[in-house]
Amino acid sequence: MEKSIEVHNLTVSYHSKPVLWDVDFELPKGKIIGIVGPNGSGKTTMLKTVMGLMKPDSGYTEIFGQPLDKVRERVSYVPQRESVDWDFPADVMDVVLMGRYRKNNLFKRITKEDRRIATEALEKVNLLEFADRQISQLSGGQQQRVFIARSLAQQADIYLMDEPFVGVDAATEDAILKLLRDMKNEGKTVVIVHHDLQTANEYFDWIVLLNTRLVAAGPKEQVFTKELLQEAYGGRLTVLSKLGDLISDTEFPLREPDFKEDQPQG
Amino acid sequence: MTPTLAIALTAIFTAISCAVLGAFLVLRKMTMVGDAISHAVLPGIAIAYLLSQSRSSLPMFLGAALVGVFATVVIEILSKKWKVQSDASIGMTFTTLFALGVVLITYWSDKVDLDQECVLYGEIAFVPFNTWTLAGQSMGPIALWSSGILLLLVLIYTFTGYKGLLMSSFNEDYAAVLGIGVGAWNLSLMSMVSVATVISFESVGAILVVALLVAPAASAYLISQKLKPMILLAALFGLSGSLLGYMISAQLDISIAGGIATMLGVQFALILTITQFSRTS
Repeated sequence: MEKSIEVHNLTVSYHSKPVLWDVDFELPKGKIIGIVGPNGSGKTTMLKTVMGLMKPDSGYTEIFGQPLDKVRERVSYVPQRESVDWDFPADVMDVVLMGRYRKNNLFKRITKEDRRIATEALEKVNLLEFADRQISQLSGGQQQRVFIARSLAQQADIYLMDEPFVGVDAATEDAILKLLRDMKNEGKTVVIVHHDLQTANEYFDWIVLLNTRLVAAGPKEQVFTKELLQEAYGGRLTVLSKLGDLISDTEFPLREPDFKEDQPQG
Repeated sequence: MTPTLAIALTAIFTAISCAVLGAFLVLRKMTMVGDAISHAVLPGIAIAYLLSQSRSSLPMFLGAALVGVFATVVIEILSKKWKVQSDASIGMTFTTLFALGVVLITYWSDKVDLDQECVLYGEIAFVPFNTWTLAGQSMGPIALWSSGILLLLVLIYTFTGYKGLLMSSFNEDYAAVLGIGVGAWNLSLMSMVSVATVISFESVGAILVVALLVAPAASAYLISQKLKPMILLAALFGLSGSLLGYMISAQLDISIAGGIATMLGVQFALILTITQFSRTS
């Protein structure tokens, strides 16, 4: 297996409480990979540590077999949408062009080539007609697509996205999924932090199941088992699955008795 | 050059410099750090003053600016490393440093000719009298030169650093992942604010320099959709506010710094009212 990300014996803490504890796994290249786990299980911390934004207490991470500093330009990060102020005075094109900023061109002007690449990225997320729009006037789904376009403009080999499906409309969700598959077909690796179990199985090829400790990492068929999910989600999942069993056992009526199907609205 | 023109130009140069830097402070939600710097430079000014015995020497500017940068570093360490609440870190740092400055000035009152009144409110009216000479030739007011050089510095900084400032102001994490030194950008901006504060200090004093940093930029933020227009508008509001303020204070024979800061506030209130009305109608 060709490796994209390696995480070795990683322990990270926040306010001296461990958020990740001795986590160790390797991820393949050219797959759509989900980092899945309940709230507070350290998913975002994992991503931020791989991206060098948080310092581990022990252990280390590598991308394409090298430390992050050697491969920065091949790595693209899509932070959580809420992590920036969308009232910032900038238009869509300004933000996407940031994907072209580099350490060594920071003091140079933006080139025509940069603009062409940014335009192409906007086209891929179906936002070209919004290029001149101020970012505060976008919907949540459009904001998410702007972030993805910015990371596409970076023309990286691996993309790390933090909860890109949160608070987006169905159209955006479809657009993102289609894009992810296109990226995979081009041989890119996509790693996505995701909290929704319902959709995880459908979206990803490979899953890392996390709950402070590593529960499992592997192809989804091997990881998405009842036992492992229960281990990751603990009591919360047990209650849900019991309810599910109850419904299927007794064919519990899902409709209230006084609800009529063709009831007029209002 | 007439005294009136010297005063007006000094006011305009400082106002525009502060307004442009202030735009980035507003966008980074760091205007209170600007406030902190403007107060924290006082001990630096007092010490430099004692050592150089002159009001406008280069060592004094640099020494005081250094204390301003020191203050931002202390604030960062307090809030990030030792987990003191960020507003408490700012409050603690600048009040302590400012108090130290007041103590030094009063302790050296016989050696340092800086009175507290002028420290707080500036003395822009005296700008025309403090001149310098080069090779026997009078070069005009020092403050006019220093504020002019400041404006030039700020424009060069903003122009060359535009991409770095934009990126680190909008999305620090993303910039950091690309290997762009966000800490260095922050520090460079704070250093510029420190220098601007020290130079403006003499004209408008420790309290009102904050108005120059915040008011024009906050006004521009209300009506700007993009960064470049926001910076230009901030500069324009700095210019109009300082001119109007100066004219009014000359008419009414009141404190020039007070007049300028009041006009900046009035401008902000006007723009806010207009935007609120146009939003509801």
